[in-house]
Amino acid sequence: MSTRLAHTGRLLTKARQIAFTFNGKHLTGFEGDTLASALLANDQMLVGRSFKYHRPRGIIASGAEEPNALVGLGTGASFEPNQRATTTALFDGLAAASQNHWPSLDFDVGAINNRLARFFPAGFYYKTFMAPRAAWKHLFEPIVRHSAGLGKAPRDRDADTYEHFYAFTDVLVIGGGVAGLQAALAAGRAGAQVLLLEQTPHYGGRAPVDGGKINDLPVDKFVEQIVAELETMPNVTLRLRCMGAGVYDHGYVLGYEQLSDHTPGIPGPRHRLWKIRAKQVITATGAIERPLSFAGNDVPGVMLAASVRDYAVNYGVSVGDRTVVVTNNDDAYRTAITLKTLGLEVPVILDARTKGGGDLMVQARALGVRVETGKGIAKVLGTKRVTGVAICTQAGEGAVLEEIACDAVAMSGGWSPVVHLWSHCGGKLIWDAAQAMFRPDVDKAPTGASGEAFVLAAGTANGALSLGAVLSDADAAGKAAATATGHKPKSDSAPQGETPAEALIEPVWMMPQGAGVKLRMKSWLDFQNDVKVSDVQLAAQEGYESVEHTKRYTTLGMATDQGKLSNINGLATLARALNADIPAVGTTTFRPPYTPISMGAIAGEARGEIFQPLRRSPMHAWHEENGAYWEPVGHWRRPYCYPRSGETHADAVAREVNQTRASLGLLDASTLGKIIVKGPDAGRFLDMLYTNMMSTLAVGKCRYGLMCSENGFLSDDGVVARIDDDTWLCHTTTGGADRIHAHMEEWLQTEWWDWQVYTANVTEQYAQIAVVGPNGRKLLEKLGGMDVSRETLPFMTWADGALAGIGCRIYRISFSGELSYEIAVPASQGRALWDKLLAAGQEFGITPYGTEALHVMRAEKGFIMIGDETDGTVIPQDLGLNWAISKKKSDYLGKRAQERSHMADPNRWKLVGLETVDGSVLPDGAYAVAEGVNDNGQKATQGRVTSTYHSPTLGKGIAMGLVLHGPDRMGEVLDFPRIDGSVAQARIVDPVFFDKDGEKQNV
Amino acid sequence: MKRYSAFAIAREAARYHSGWGRAWAAPQPKAKYDAIIVGAGGHGLATAYYLGKNFGITNVAVLEKGWLGGGNTGRNTTIIRSNYLQDASAAIYEKARSLYETMSQDLNYNVMFSPRGVIMLAQTHHEVRGYQRTAHANALQGVETQYIGPDKVKELVPIINIDGPRYPVLGGLWQPRGGTARHDAVAWGYARACSDMGMDIIQQCEVTGVRRDGDRVIGVDTTKGAIDCDKLGLVVAGHSGVLAEKAGFRLPIESLALQALVSEPIKPCMDVVVMANTVHGYMSQSDKGEMVIGGGTDGFNNYTQRGSFHHVEETVRALIETFPMISRLKMLRQWGGIVDMTGDRSPILSKTPVDGIFVNCGWGTGGFKAIPGSGWAMAELMAKGHSPLAAEFSLNRFAEGRFIDESVAAGVAH
Repeated sequence: MSTRLAHTGRLLTKARQIAFTFNGKHLTGFEGDTLASALLANDQMLVGRSFKYHRPRGIIASGAEEPNALVGLGTGASFEPNQRATTTALFDGLAAASQNHWPSLDFDVGAINNRLARFFPAGFYYKTFMAPRAAWKHLFEPIVRHSAGLGKAPRDRDADTYEHFYAFTDVLVIGGGVAGLQAALAAGRAGAQVLLLEQTPHYGGRAPVDGGKINDLPVDKFVEQIVAELETMPNVTLRLRCMGAGVYDHGYVLGYEQLSDHTPGIPGPRHRLWKIRAKQVITATGAIERPLSFAGNDVPGVMLAASVRDYAVNYGVSVGDRTVVVTNNDDAYRTAITLKTLGLEVPVILDARTKGGGDLMVQARALGVRVETGKGIAKVLGTKRVTGVAICTQAGEGAVLEEIACDAVAMSGGWSPVVHLWSHCGGKLIWDAAQAMFRPDVDKAPTGASGEAFVLAAGTANGALSLGAVLSDADAAGKAAATATGHKPKSDSAPQGETPAEALIEPVWMMPQGAGVKLRMKSWLDFQNDVKVSDVQLAAQEGYESVEHTKRYTTLGMATDQGKLSNINGLATLARALNADIPAVGTTTFRPPYTPISMGAIAGEARGEIFQPLRRSPMHAWHEENGAYWEPVGHWRRPYCYPRSGETHADAVAREVNQTRASLGLLDASTLGKIIVKGPDAGRFLDMLYTNMMSTLAVGKCRYGLMCSENGFLSDDGVVARIDDDTWLCHTTTGGADRIHAHMEEWLQTEWWDWQVYTANVTEQYAQIAVVGPNGRKLLEKLGGMDVSRETLPFMTWADGALAGIGCRIYRISFSGELSYEIAVPASQGRALWDKLLAAGQEFGITPYGTEALHVMRAEKGFIMIGDETDGTVIPQDLGLNWAISKKKSDYLGKRAQERSHMADPNRWKLVGLETVDGSVLPDGAYAVAEGVNDNGQKATQGRVTSTYHSPTLGKGIAMGLVLHGPDRMGEVLDFPRIDGSVAQARIVDPVFFDKDGEKQNV
Repeated sequence: MKRYSAFAIAREAARYHSGWGRAWAAPQPKAKYDAIIVGAGGHGLATAYYLGKNFGITNVAVLEKGWLGGGNTGRNTTIIRSNYLQDASAAIYEKARSLYETMSQDLNYNVMFSPRGVIMLAQTHHEVRGYQRTAHANALQGVETQYIGPDKVKELVPIINIDGPRYPVLGGLWQPRGGTARHDAVAWGYARACSDMGMDIIQQCEVTGVRRDGDRVIGVDTTKGAIDCDKLGLVVAGHSGVLAEKAGFRLPIESLALQALVSEPIKPCMDVVVMANTVHGYMSQSDKGEMVIGGGTDGFNNYTQRGSFHHVEETVRALIETFPMISRLKMLRQWGGIVDMTGDRSPILSKTPVDGIFVNCGWGTGGFKAIPGSGWAMAELMAKGHSPLAAEFSLNRFAEGRFIDESVAAGVAH
């Protein structure tokens, strides 16, 4: 059984006991424990069930590579599924629950899949569940879905907050092991700005566990000294619990800092996402030990050899009393030596190499440990817990030589450098046959905009395995990064690391090498996703030969650990099956993030109200106080109408329209886009932008203009005012302001970069209020300060002045067909003017109106609305707007496009008015059907509704639409099928329903 | 070819699956084919499949520079729907969707088409009107869709937040027979069926040149030597422009990286596919339990199939607003695929200036759902010189201004 040892535990504070629960069971651990070490200390070896076969699984690793020990953590709004126990710090009150089993972890019905595993090889689901057809959706898929998944879905809104942090640095060091620390020191001493990220709560990585000396000091002491020096350096920043998550183009790196996962409940954000721009990135990310592929390598109690050592040294936990060590390299001997030194039993070390190891083997033997070379494990005995191993000859087929009782197995298949971050942005790998590993190809590093490499790998992550090599490699990397960022490194030498003589690894991709199919079906490659050696071999047999095919066919490496343990073993197995070299098979692509990061951290602060900050006009508060029913328009919110008590929205809209037409209405038009275009070439520029001629517009005058895309489609409209000789003010639609401003800048910056034109989007600088209705002039005269008479301020002109003492500009423009003044004032004066207008307008029954009344009034007048009459496929000619297209200009954006054959086709649908035969309102978006069907059997159509309203002015439904030959078919009745199958009939009429001669606006 | 069935699995289990043969052969190229398809993605393989199945043309090679199904077929978010606005789009996507319904049985390969339903959320009044229009259009096009209110949205997607402070859900366009399929299986199933018809699927075979006799194609040069053909179909998505250049003409295509990501797997919590175009994001839950999330394209042209971060951030942000519970899930991996965008965001299925060369490209961000329909139409076009489904998608529409623009209905993703 696994238990707590009395005298070790370098990361523990044994004076602080911590209470936690696992599946409701009350347990205790110490401060400094991970959830995994605390579970092991309580002999909780079984921690979860695998994805496919629901096999019992135990903790296999001690770090981020753990595939099995995933738990649900917390409750309610703090619940989080799939948390790795090996990287979860223990805290008081931690509540963890194992996953993917029913009814319990110990007795899981889903384990029936394990009994049937023979029928469920890789990709079996592609070959069955096909009949009857409906059974996939209604029977098989629900079963598959239910048995898949891992943790439970969170239900509640997240109770925590998150933040983003931005950092710029010369040198970013990812990893705070001895390599990362030494690289940071070398770069820091050279004067470079250095940021170092370490994902765990401790510096030093695994070197302190592995032992040896640096500059004749114990590793722990060296780490202490180097951290102390780094902490005094003002140009160096160190962060613990902060993982380098992803490396992107141009030195952009994501850091993922866990601020309060280990101390839940403290104020402040839970995670912080660092967005880092680094000139040079050093990946000192260490290496991950590989499992060996023997039958039963997934039985709880089988663990990576170095992890067994970690638990013993760091957490004072023995995984078992009797631990069999199985290896193909020297490093695992350290585990045997550590265990033996702590007084635990190591019945045997099985070294698959016929010649065994180097100095460490000698040491182990000296401690009295039995070492068998050329031997391996035929299979592990036990189901929910290791009870023993059957030993065989590695060179054979698995004939059992001997069974040895044990309660733990420490396995080592060699080490794989963590090359993820190196690879994210295109760094290439080479196969190092001597060390049996993929390591960074230093000649093919990720390159930045200049074409120069911006990522360096250092230490074990660069393939240097011995302490001495790690330190000199890291020192060199730190100095190189400093040099690359314009600093001069010191000429000091790297610290000296103790380097015992080790024998070379011998790759072992299957144990024993001639294992039969029954053993291969129990040899796990991907523990979480239940991919076995036999599965990869089946994929190769069936022609899924590319490593990507094999990955996808078997799901190898697609689990939450993203193949940290399985990828190299899997592709080596594939290479053997294909009789190919490992480098020829290659790796799958490494994708960010290194380990999963919370969605909350990705989103950061922007959630709820500030997800996309709302834009408010200066009169927003008044609208709110006066019961506005809001309509989102772009990032603004505009009043749709102002319903009074007892009124429906339709009632309110009708009242607002009637009162405006009869006397006086008031509209907050502040959201309309306002873009200043200025400069000697501004007129010429606007002539290119608009279909109309804007350069000839006289100062003081206004003109309605149309803008098209280069494909000729109408994209925006609005009134342009000429302010002075070289200044124009362009009004855009509310939703179009930012888009049109960007459109202007794109043309200016890419095409007409030599024109002297400046643009400024001043939408928010001005409040704009439309005073609309027959009594509009009287109201302004009452406020006083400007001559707003027909003679001085005629239709389509503007004037500067002051109304009621507030400096303003008044535009005589109308979107309602009424006498209308649009008054622009500085935003800070908007509310004051609005209040004065309201107060002075009482005697005229002044009525604020919203967007719907605006829409109804414009439709009554036959004015088009961008987004209603246009949808990106409509040209001005379709809408009868030929009058707004200059015939004099040689060019404008969209002109050439509009000359193409289909654009000039007389059969394009054209704008008309539509009136239902029975006075009802036509359904929005309905189509007018024609006889027959088209080539694809779809019902033929001949037109569609673009806007439809009830007109309070006319007391009936009115609509606008686009109809084939529409303007030539006045009076014809068309059929518009409704969704419910009934048909609305509507007559084609003139689109101007009200005041056809414009007598009301031009007074 | 050995038929796949539960019985076959049981039989093979008895002998430890030693009897399964290759899903598709690995032949060397012949000197000449009646037709060569460049690109063994879903669209290319489907084209080959229907050339054989519908027109009996089986002397066909499909050339692939990498591994089959390794481009956008294996990188997309597997959404299948046909609720398009424009007639031409609705026709080809609905054809594709209907072929997905029976694809597993047709190919004897379970592609796991799951008609779990697709909702496109309306979160502005403008979107409400747009989807009402689409519902009207779909009714006439024979596409089964329905405009639904927020209560029905909530009923279909219990984890959704319908009254968020910023963009409350006002309704949605619901296509009950839309859904998802297993993307790799679509490529593999077609490859197996094509191979079974005697076609040659040749992987690791890059086309390095197109050989012409005047205005007529006569073959291609490849990294495995020259191969002759009578007809050549270019079906290479993001690299269409590169190949067209080798053939001597240009295509109105821009290549952009489209970003996607998945969460860690969790137990089933969302049965339907949800697309939220106002906030730019879409999400479904795979059969493995991962939340599959797609967003927008990078704002710059490139060919690197890498993830970039800014779109992921925007997409996740948007989806947390829509589905607050995902905040405590974790992103497992992100990736990018190169999408081929045309000026009107609709595909090109067309003859070309070179006699005998046909192109099938420009599917942009939404090609997966079209695979069978695209292959069906492309095969007809190559075999007969005309296909009603493809007619509107010809290259000359750009010269004529006959755009098929879905932007009003499709927004971010289609």
